[in-house]
Amino acid sequence: MILGVASGKGGTGKTTVAVSLARVLGSAVQLLDCDVEEPNDRLFLDGRLREAQVVTVPVPRVDEVACDGCGECGRFCRFHAIVAVDGPPLVFPELCHGCGGCIRVCPRGALHETPRRIGVVEVLDAGPVTLVEGRLDVGAALVPPLVRAVKAHRAGDRPAILDAPPGRSCAVIETLRGADAVVLVTEPTPFGLNDLAQALAVARELGLSCGVVVNRVGIGDDRVQAFCRENAVPVLAELPDDRRIAEAGSRGEPLVDALPEYRGVFRSILEGATRLAEKGSGSW
Amino acid sequence: MKVALTTSGETLEAPLDPRFGRAPRFLVFDTDTTAFEIVDNRAGLEAAQGAGVQAAETLARLGVRGLVTGHCGPKALRVLVRAGIEVYNTDASTVAEALTAYREGRLCAAEPV
Repeated sequence: MILGVASGKGGTGKTTVAVSLARVLGSAVQLLDCDVEEPNDRLFLDGRLREAQVVTVPVPRVDEVACDGCGECGRFCRFHAIVAVDGPPLVFPELCHGCGGCIRVCPRGALHETPRRIGVVEVLDAGPVTLVEGRLDVGAALVPPLVRAVKAHRAGDRPAILDAPPGRSCAVIETLRGADAVVLVTEPTPFGLNDLAQALAVARELGLSCGVVVNRVGIGDDRVQAFCRENAVPVLAELPDDRRIAEAGSRGEPLVDALPEYRGVFRSILEGATRLAEKGSGSW
Repeated sequence: MKVALTTSGETLEAPLDPRFGRAPRFLVFDTDTTAFEIVDNRAGLEAAQGAGVQAAETLARLGVRGLVTGHCGPKALRVLVRAGIEVYNTDASTVAEALTAYREGRLCAAEPV
C-alpha cells in the first residue's frame, strides 16, 4: 500500500504524522520525502547513506550550423524555454520542463538533448525504515521531475509513505498520484479548514480516498470536524495540543518514540487508511 | 518606425505600466504616422512562467523596433536584443510622458548584462 500524507496548510504536522506512521509500521517500510524544496524527515531519523543519485532534466542544445531558423521549436514550446525570433533559437534552460518536444519537431535535427542538474535523491537506511529524500538544488525551480525521481526508488512490494509538500501545486499532485489512500493533516483553525477544503478537492479530483487527522485539537474550534461530516470524509484521529509533542519535535525525535503512549493513535490511523485503500483498489 | 509602450489603459493619457512581461497591454506607436494601436497582452499577464519572453516574442512579431517600459528582466532582454528591439527604461507615469521623453532622446537604451 502507498499512503500519501498531505495537507493544504503548511506546518500542520505532515512530517510528524508521516515519520510516526513509518515508525509504527515497523518492518521494511519506505518513507519517501517528496517535499523536495525543504525535506525534513531525515531530521527525525538517524540514517546511514546507502545511495545518492543526481537528477537531471534533458534540455535542448542548438547546433547553430544545422539550424535554419525556421522557428518550429519556439512555436511548439508552451513554456517559452526556446525562442526563435531571428536566426537560431535562444534557449532558457531554467524555463525548460524537459519534455523533449522541440527536439522532435525540429525538421533539421538541429537540437540535441543535454542534461541539466536539478537536485539529488538520497536513500538512507534508518533501522526498519528506508528513507528516500529528494532535495532540489538551490536556484532550481522544477519540482515534479524530482518528485518522480524520488518515487522511482519505491520498491513495489513494500509499504510506502509519501510525505507531500504543503499546498495543492503540481508538486503535491505528482506526489499523491498513484497513492492508495491519503491522510490529510490539518489543524482546527480557520486557515486549517480553508486549506483542508482545497487539499481535499485536489485529492478527490485525483480519485483518491481520503481521511483526516486533526492535529493540535484544543487550539481552535470544531468546524474542521463538522466539515468532515458534511463532506463524508472520515476523521481518522485527533491529536491533542500537547506541549510534549512540540518538545519531542524540537529535539528531532519521532513522536511515537518520544511518547510511546501515542503509538495506538498512529496504529488506528494506519487501520483507517487501510480501510480507505481497500474501498479503493489498493491493499497492504 | 514602431515603438511599444507598456500600459494598463488604451489611450496616450493612460498610465505607463512599469512591468514588461505582465503589463496588460502594449500601446504600439508609429513615429512616422503618429497613429497607434493597442495590443492585448493577456497571455503574458496570465502566463505561469516566461511572461517576459512571451511578450518579447509578441513585439518581435509586430515588427516593433523600440520598447519603452519601467523594467524588463534579463531573459526578455536577451530575446529583445536578438530581435533587434532597443529597450528604454523610464519612470514616467503616463504613456504620453514616456513617449515625449523617448522622442526627445532623453531615455538611454538598456544593455544586456
